[in-house]
Order: sequence, then structure tokens, then C-alpha cells
Amino acid sequence: MTRSTRTRLMTLSLYAVFLAIVIAFVLVANWEAIRSNFFLTEGFTGNWRDMVFVGVKNTILYTLVSFIGGFVLAVFLVLMKLAPIAPFRWLATGYIELFRGLPALVVIIFMALGVPIAFDWRPPGGTVGAGLVALMLVAGAYMAETLRAGIEAVPKGQAEAARSLGMNAPWTMASIVMPQALRIVIPPLTNELVILLKDTSLLFVVGLAANQKELTTLARDFMSSGPSAGTATTLMFAALLYLAITLPLTRLVAYLESKQKRSR
Amino acid sequence: MTELNPHQELDRRAPAIEVRDLHKSFGDNEVLTGIDFHVNSGQVVCVIGPSGSGKSTLLRCVNRLEEPTSGQIFVEGIDITDPDTELDRVRSRIGMVFQQFNLFGHMTVLRNLTIAQQRAKKRGRTEAVAIARENLAKVGLEDKEGAYPAHLSGGQQQRVAIARALSMNPDMMLFDEPTSALDPELVGDVLDVMRKLAHEGMTMMVVTHEMGFAREVGDKLVFMDGGVIVEEGDPTEVLTNPQHRRTQAFLSKVL
Repeated sequence: MTRSTRTRLMTLSLYAVFLAIVIAFVLVANWEAIRSNFFLTEGFTGNWRDMVFVGVKNTILYTLVSFIGGFVLAVFLVLMKLAPIAPFRWLATGYIELFRGLPALVVIIFMALGVPIAFDWRPPGGTVGAGLVALMLVAGAYMAETLRAGIEAVPKGQAEAARSLGMNAPWTMASIVMPQALRIVIPPLTNELVILLKDTSLLFVVGLAANQKELTTLARDFMSSGPSAGTATTLMFAALLYLAITLPLTRLVAYLESKQKRSR
Repeated sequence: MTELNPHQELDRRAPAIEVRDLHKSFGDNEVLTGIDFHVNSGQVVCVIGPSGSGKSTLLRCVNRLEEPTSGQIFVEGIDITDPDTELDRVRSRIGMVFQQFNLFGHMTVLRNLTIAQQRAKKRGRTEAVAIARENLAKVGLEDKEGAYPAHLSGGQQQRVAIARALSMNPDMMLFDEPTSALDPELVGDVLDVMRKLAHEGMTMMVVTHEMGFAREVGDKLVFMDGGVIVEEGDPTEVLTNPQHRRTQAFLSKVL
């Protein structure tokens, strides 16, 4: 047997295995159960208004609020990390290590339930507000690390040139280093946005009022009420809606990354 | 104009740059071991030497991009090693040109030339733009003001960098191997600009490997090796009749 026929046979058998798996799946799968549990038409037609105008709206709102809050926090953290005073650096490092090491869910429960009990304090905006603060705290820690990497990726000569022209340290940071660092971190920050969007589903645990419900909470509710009660149709609906938002974003990240690679 | 530190009057009669017993270490590595050195106003001083001899470190100490370990550096009579010195003000009087150009990549050529004028010199935009255009014309790149650095050749980038430094109206210019990162055919344009500056009477300190430039334009040549100044004097004299063995060895390799 020649080398080329052997390669061809190998390729052919891999296709055969793939085909066998697909056929087995199609034969074994209980299509009726899948349809009636995940794709009940009434679940889509009856719930879409709430799912989109309450669920998607709140999910996006929560994502943006915690992203912007987290970003502002991250800028402060990274400036602290670069501060000439050591205790500031320790504080920032400690913060970042702590919140990157904890599960987001634990932080959310802490802020929404633990802290109010301990300090007899009602978080602004109720438990949602507390949950959002928790997401900000976590996102800020991750974004601070991303920003730091971006700042370090700006060549040292840039800051040296600015300083040699007599620009002071704050101006050098604000108009020379930061703008270039931000360009570098746009792709990883967009990734951060996608992760945060998925993490808003964790707010499910804090107890949300009807008009505050995000996509996951709403989908869970509609599994036991409404036209598709008793099925997981709305869960599938929510999954598709999440993908409709996250897939374009991840494609955008891939595009931005390839563009950056080309421009170097 | 705000007051200078009263103890540190700007003195135009003092040497432009005066270095006294300068030491600089990076950790255990002593790069400069007692440098005494001066550049008079209007002089062009070229510094040569093998790599690792400390010549770039010396240059970078003059505007305190490197922190001296000990010793004093006076720029126009002002001790820049004094912690009370307003370093940003002194720096804006010293233009610096880097081997790697270090143009701001996110800004157009024109913005590269105006940003520090506006931020550090507090000039208005109209004035800054006028000065920037004047200096771009001087380096022969008036048609490139809208370009981004990445779209320019190395030689053009370096000339923009020179124009950027000139836009601060410095009293002196420091050049850190300005042509070492350039393709050979682009070196000439940059040296032409530097020659023109020298003829206008600009005070210049140039770390370089361009012996021809040093001989033709330089008023003084300094040879450094192992963190000390081994020999200094008239460029033609030093290049053709070096007194010290280390200078002879170095020149026999590069000439």
C-alpha cells in the first residue's frame, strides 16, 4: 500500500466514524421529547415580549452598569498598583488577588445577604443594587489586571519621550500611555464584557422583583408558569437569546485581534 | 513666567551642561564610575565608545531619565540632582532624540509636535501649530503633518522626532545614537538636519557611531570606555592621533 492510499483510507474512515456518530444520535434521540420540552411553540410565541423587553433589557442593563462601574474601579486599582507609595500597591494587589480568587456567586451572596445582615444596612437599589455592586467588585479586579498588562505593553520609550519633553507624570499617563494601552486592551476588555454578561445570570440568586428580572430568572419563572409551564422551553429560549448577544461580540473580539496583529 | 527656585538662577554664562563626579549603578553593576564632563553653550560634543561603555547612560542622566547614584549635574547652572529642582521645567529646555524615535504612535505628526507645547509649555493651539509647522519645514517634512508615525520611514520618523524636540524651543539637544536604528541610505537625511542645527549654533551632545559626523561637525570628541572618560579633545586630533591605548584599539576596529 502506498503512502498516499493509506492517507486517503485514513481520511475516509474518519468521515465514516463521524457519519456513524451523527446517525446514531439521530436514531437514539427522542425527538418528540426534545421538541415538547425545549421547543414548545407556545413558549416562544407567548413569552417573547417579556423575555425580550424585560429579560434581555435587564440583562444588558446590568451588564453595562457593572462593566462601566468595574472599569472605573479598575482604572483606580491600576493607578494604585503603579503608585510610588508601596502600601497603595499592596492594597491594590491584595484587592485584585482576593476578588479574582473568589467565585462571583459567593461575592454576590455576600453583598446581597451577608453584608446587610452584618451591618444592618440596606443596599441602594435593594438586593439588585447589592448584586450589581458585587459584579462590579469582581469585574474591576479582572479588568485592572487587563489594564495593567496593556500599560506594560506600551513601550517604555513612549513615556520617556513625553517626560523628556517636559510633560509631567499625570499628563504623560493620561495623554500618551493610557490611550495606547486602551487600544491594546480593547479585545480582552470585550471578552470581559462577554463574561460579565453571562455572570449577570448569577443575580438569579438574590431575589428580583418582577420588573427587575434578568433573562435567566425570567426563563426559570416561565418554566413553572405561563403557556409553556412544565417544560424547559423558555430556558432554551434564554440560551438562544444569550447566544444572539455573545456570538457577535466574540466574533468582534476575533476581528479586532486579527486587525491588531496586522497593524503590528 | 513663574519663579525659578531662588537658589537656582538660570545662568547663561555657566556651561550648558556640567557633570561632576557622576556615578551610576544598576544594582551591583557600576555603569558610570566618576565622570567629570562639560558642554559649553553653542558647542557640539560627540561621545563615542564601545557598547556598554556608559555613554547612553551618561546622556540619559543629563535630563534625569536615569537617576544618578551620586554626583552632580548642572544644566545652565541649575543642579538637576537637587530634589527641589522643577525637573519638568528643566527638561523642556533640553531636547532629546532617541535611537528608537519614540514618536507617539496614536497621534498624527502634527499632534506629536503640539502635545507637549500645549501640556508642558501651556501654549495655545494656534501658536503651537504655527511653531510645529515651522519645525516640520526645517526638517523637510512639511507635507507629512497629517501622517501617522507608522506610515513614515525610519529616517522621516527621526526627523519628526527632532522637529518635536525643537518645537519646545530647547536651549540644547541630546542625541542618543540617533542614526543607529536607521537603514544606511536613510542616515544621511538625519545627519543633514543635525548638521544644520549645529551650524545654527545649537548646543548639542551626541552619542554616536558616526565618526565622519563627529569629525566634521563636532567641537569636542569624548571617548568613553568602562564607565569613565578615557580621552577627550579636538575630534580630528583624537581620531587621527589617539593618545590612549584603549582609544587606539577602539578606533582601529571602527574606522
